[in-house]
Amino acid sequence: MSDLLVRARQLTIKFAQGNDFVHAVNGVDFDLNQREALCILGESGSGKSVTLRALMRLNPPSKTIMSGTLNVGGHDVVAASERQMSSLRGPFVSMIFQDPMTSLDPVFTIGQQITETIARHEHIGGSEARKRALNLLELVQVPSPRRRLDAYPHELSGGLRQRAMIAIALSCRPKLLLADEPTTALDASVQIQILFLLREIQQELGMGMIFVTHDLGVAGEVADRIAVMYAGRFIEEGPVEALMQAPLHPYARGLLGATVHEGSRGSRLVTIPGAPPDLRYLPDACAFAPRCAEMEAACLERLPEFRHPVSGRAARCVHVKDRSDVTNTAESPAGVSGVC
Amino acid sequence: MFFYIIRRVLYAIPIALAVSLVCFMLVHIAPGDPISAILPPDASAETVAMVRKDYGLDKPLPVQFELWLAHVVQGDFGLSLANRRPVLDELKAAAGQTFLLASTAAVLGFVIGCVLGGIAGVFRGTLADRMAVGFAVAGISVPHYWLGMVFVIIFSVVLGWLPAIGSGPGEWAWNWVHIRHLILPAVTLAVIPAGLVTRTVRGVVVEILSQDFITTLRGKGLRTMMLAVHVIKNAAPTSIAVMGLQLGYLMGGSILVETVFAWPGTGMLLNQAIFQRDIPVLQGTTLVLAMIFVTLNLTVDLVQTALDPRMRRA
Amino acid sequence: MKAATATAAHIPHSKIAEELGRASYWREVGHRLLRDRLTMVCLSILGLMVLAIIFAPLLSPYDPLQGSMIRRLKPVGTPGHWLGTDELGRDMFARLLYGGRLSWFVGITPVAVAFVIGGGLGITAGFFGGWVNMMIMRTTDVFYAFPSVLLAVAISGALGPGIDNALIAMTLVFIPMMIRVSESVTASTRNLDYVEAARSTGAGALTVVRIHVLPNVLGPIFVYATTLVSVSMILASGLSFVGLGVKPPEPEWGLMLNTLRTAIYTQPLLATLPGVSIFITSICFNLASDGLRTAMDVRA
Repeated sequence: MSDLLVRARQLTIKFAQGNDFVHAVNGVDFDLNQREALCILGESGSGKSVTLRALMRLNPPSKTIMSGTLNVGGHDVVAASERQMSSLRGPFVSMIFQDPMTSLDPVFTIGQQITETIARHEHIGGSEARKRALNLLELVQVPSPRRRLDAYPHELSGGLRQRAMIAIALSCRPKLLLADEPTTALDASVQIQILFLLREIQQELGMGMIFVTHDLGVAGEVADRIAVMYAGRFIEEGPVEALMQAPLHPYARGLLGATVHEGSRGSRLVTIPGAPPDLRYLPDACAFAPRCAEMEAACLERLPEFRHPVSGRAARCVHVKDRSDVTNTAESPAGVSGVC
Repeated sequence: MFFYIIRRVLYAIPIALAVSLVCFMLVHIAPGDPISAILPPDASAETVAMVRKDYGLDKPLPVQFELWLAHVVQGDFGLSLANRRPVLDELKAAAGQTFLLASTAAVLGFVIGCVLGGIAGVFRGTLADRMAVGFAVAGISVPHYWLGMVFVIIFSVVLGWLPAIGSGPGEWAWNWVHIRHLILPAVTLAVIPAGLVTRTVRGVVVEILSQDFITTLRGKGLRTMMLAVHVIKNAAPTSIAVMGLQLGYLMGGSILVETVFAWPGTGMLLNQAIFQRDIPVLQGTTLVLAMIFVTLNLTVDLVQTALDPRMRRA
Repeated sequence: MKAATATAAHIPHSKIAEELGRASYWREVGHRLLRDRLTMVCLSILGLMVLAIIFAPLLSPYDPLQGSMIRRLKPVGTPGHWLGTDELGRDMFARLLYGGRLSWFVGITPVAVAFVIGGGLGITAGFFGGWVNMMIMRTTDVFYAFPSVLLAVAISGALGPGIDNALIAMTLVFIPMMIRVSESVTASTRNLDYVEAARSTGAGALTVVRIHVLPNVLGPIFVYATTLVSVSMILASGLSFVGLGVKPPEPEWGLMLNTLRTAIYTQPLLATLPGVSIFITSICFNLASDGLRTAMDVRA
């Protein structure tokens, strides 16, 4: 159990908006172990960023209502006090954000933003902290790190800024690294470098990593496992290669089919018709059904449970045959969401 | 950065010249013969002739401007029509008094403004916010000379705690006898900058708190104190710029409050000059106050640039 | 550039679409204003004041210039003079009503004139840029080098007391402010794509300004002008307070504050009445213009 970094059961998050509630996350279950890299894949509004931020309780406190079980590093995040959360952020878990230009304080140098994190959690100051900062910049492969320590964010290129952000996130040696679309705001050529860097660091330092993106290519590069998210729920999970080669859920299939690649030259672009549902009024049924070509009556009656066709894979679709339907042996799945 | 300073200072020079020109024109827009604006009616013929030559009053305007400027640069603002004393002497004493009043009011107003504005920005939408904003609107809407009168009525006439007039006997000293004279005028003068600074700081803080990097800072597990440091440093350039401007307005616009309290500063000087049609004093005071304002603006610009790293490369 | 003239014939369509778009935007603004209770209260108060000022002769039987030394400084609540009498025995209510006429007039006129002149100059500077911009803005900078109160006092002090001189002085103070704001607002619209597109179809500068720039720019400039009204009224009354501007025996709120100053020892409440009028007017204008700005902030 000491290997288990995150344990989420029936995690539900809603936001108060005027008189309505926006049901951003609706009953999400997952575990994450050390050295594992999980990618949460979904389009805008699927709830992936909200889920990620919930792990550090970074959603706006006055508007967010969290329920269910969320255990990060042995701490109950749903019930923890702000002081407890604040001690957790940095030494145990840290996050890299999407746009490094707006996510870094423009009036402090990179060095200052690294050392203040170290000073806060490890009470190391002065030249010692600066030395640590320098090592961190070298770890994230920033050229001329000594000079860059005293640079302001606006003086660096996009890729360097993101490396600086990674350095800040790593400054207190966290066991869990969270990344919210870390390459979306970067040029294509820089994206690859950053992705490789993240993968390398994760494995070198033995961290667990949860990665949020809408880009299948990115998911393929970095993840061990993928969880596809739609309308606040995980609708398919599985190891990265298996899932990308043969997705089970119609939505996941649609996503992969919609990917533009060399082979698609000359043929029509496949799209998924319709639009995601309004998260204020979410029915207790399959949320994708209105857009699904394979919709049946059963889809609208109630929310499909996870079906496990093989060990390690799961999908919430009535068309997916659970293996217990085929054989009678009940293997306990390894590393996939518990409740089935 | 260095070149920016040089450029900015150089830019201030034509402004200063143009400001002097406007002040110079004050004499000439006054109704009547310029001589009657500069010299009292009973001046001797010799004096009149000398002044005519000195200031080139028969010559074209640009020449007159040059001559006048030459006098001014040497500190010769002419003689007061009312009491024949050099304008500069009157100005020196008065300017000191106004500076005292203005800076006290400035400190008071800025502190109140930053605190209220900060609270309003952080606790946006709450009762505290609405009260702070309400106070700010009231502060900038109130006619401060009327407010001064109200304070005098309450604290001098009815309660008898504080004096209504003047800055105390003799020379200024930092003792209670004098400070009690400073309280009411300073508080009166502080109300408008307090309101304006509250509004500005609130807006700046709200804008900063909505930025992405605040989430990053929270995500680093920083304590509230450190977060406050980040917010303050981001808010500083704009806030300081506004406060600097306000100080300038306080120095230049103190005439109304000084009139209410008969505070012996440049405002009273202006008031008397208007009453007595003492154009040299009017001109000299305006010029000095405007120059102070120009210098203040320049300083504020440079400080603002120094504080914001994004502007240093400009 | 000229190749696109072929499609220039389609401009009337886009013009109609824009007109409609704009009409619905202002309707939306109007609706939001009507729902903003605070702003509506302030506008109602101002409206009542305007009516009271216009119909002053009907509301008060007294002549504001006629006083009697026997009846001087009667307190508030005296039968026959419900707001008392001033230091020369003139009825306060009548003085306040008629004084309102001058205070409002001297307060609003400079802003209105500055709106037209300053707005025009600022839009010109913002739209054309280049040396036109430089000339206008650098001249504005010179006036900005003076604190506004000082400038107003200095100019009207040199010109001498009197309403005309005060009006001139205050207009000269507000014109640079209007120029700055209009220039800045116009300069930002100039960079917008549809303005570039319009110019590229060969439309003349005046047309582009009239159709594309003005509708977007007048709103914010007008809102800024409304924030200046309260400043202007306080300044106008302030000028009278120090002996410039309105001359006695004409009633004007600032002047009344000045002449009643000695009465603060005997009739304090009476002495503050003119200032209350200024305060109420000023705060209503400020709140209403804030409300207007909020209402205009929602772009459909």
